[in-house]
Amino acid sequence: MSETNSGGREFADRTVPVILQINGIKHELQLEPRVSLLDALREYVGLTGTKKGCNQGACGACTVLVDNERINSCFALAVQYQDREITTIEGVAHSDQLHALQAAFIECDGFQCGYCTPGQICSAIAMFEEFKQGAPSAVTEHLAETEIEFSEAEIKERMSGNLCRCGAYVGIVEAIREAFDKEAAR
Amino acid sequence: MRAYLPDYELRVPKDLEEALAFLANEPGMWKPFAGGTDLMVLLEAGKLEHTKFFSVWNLAELRGIEVTDESVTLGALTTYTEVRRNSILQEEFPMLCVAARETGGIAIQNRGTIGGNIVNASPAADSPPALLAYDAELELLSSKGARKIPYKDFHTGYKQMKLRDDELLTGIRLPRTTKSLRHYYRKVGTRKAQAISKVCFAGVAKIEDESVADVRIALGSVAPIVLRCEKTEAVLRGKSVDERTISAARAALINEIAPIDDIRSTAKYRLRVAANLLEDFLKTVRDGELN
Repeated sequence: MSETNSGGREFADRTVPVILQINGIKHELQLEPRVSLLDALREYVGLTGTKKGCNQGACGACTVLVDNERINSCFALAVQYQDREITTIEGVAHSDQLHALQAAFIECDGFQCGYCTPGQICSAIAMFEEFKQGAPSAVTEHLAETEIEFSEAEIKERMSGNLCRCGAYVGIVEAIREAFDKEAAR
Repeated sequence: MRAYLPDYELRVPKDLEEALAFLANEPGMWKPFAGGTDLMVLLEAGKLEHTKFFSVWNLAELRGIEVTDESVTLGALTTYTEVRRNSILQEEFPMLCVAARETGGIAIQNRGTIGGNIVNASPAADSPPALLAYDAELELLSSKGARKIPYKDFHTGYKQMKLRDDELLTGIRLPRTTKSLRHYYRKVGTRKAQAISKVCFAGVAKIEDESVADVRIALGSVAPIVLRCEKTEAVLRGKSVDERTISAARAALINEIAPIDDIRSTAKYRLRVAANLLEDFLKTVRDGELN
């Protein structure tokens, strides 16, 4: 007898071995290839810091880092990210030392309910990298600009993929600016 | 309603040959899955047409930007981020970089691919108008062999295209003939970030002795397909850009496009804005203000 939740349908075991490197730890999983990276993180590895909001790429709650680049993990398949270094919110602090952005979000009230915060912070970490590399955005005046001012317009555009339904944007922008200034001053 | 996941199958071919075999063995049954930025939205909405998918994301053969003296060829899996950061594209194909950086947020730009934008075949896609204006050519591959097709002949109707069931889009070739052109790209959406276009306009023109020596115009969200507007171009070619020419071109464009009322805008608004963008394009290239 099939399980009731399969609607009476029989289906073959289509799982494959998938090795994911997450926050410096290697996880050997057995997944169906259609499992999203987000579901793999939350349901198979138990890292529930990464949140599922819209599950269709509009809200950014599921943002994680892959080799320091941000992606929506709801869109990604886990099998597409083998042999890559995946970092989630659980991996951004250094032992008991908060990441500068985590500390700044607390300092500046960069959240209310906190659900979007892991995605906001992962997204902002990648944004710092993009600035270091001199990557222009949609509001940068010249297409090939490499010396880009860390302006409020740039922060807002570059964080536009991360929604906050509590509307804590003022605090979020302030936290990002504070963390960036601290990092720049180091 | 969200799709019932066990109804869907996804495989991971180890190379391009194995990927093409999926298409050849069961034509029409399998669909390639790249960045997932369109397909996962349809999955979430329970509107996926296919049930069998294979991931092409890790196929190195479909990645990279190849440059020769004559052309720049984008692998079908070139992401928006790779497009907007490429210095040759910034220099010679700026409209493509503008389109890339206005498509979704940056996390989306890290996943979404140019090839996917083409074969998803949305008339509201942002990079196709630029590709049409740059006279792009598509490279298609099946287990029987490769062929090329001008991009302007590719889309034939809403979500219809000249892609055989056994074929995969592998590359997009851009001829490097843009140096003497002026480029103009505008996307009009409800808001600046994260919006799908109401109207999208891409145009290039060569102005000699104050008249139009060459012009190519393409629009998104104004027809069942992303539309190259050759009738409007014909009205402009050889003419000086004065009020009379502008007025004739506006009239030609309004006849050539066929926008509809939908969730994002109305036909009336789109006609007006498309004609206004055409006028702004013509005045901008005439007055020499580059994009």
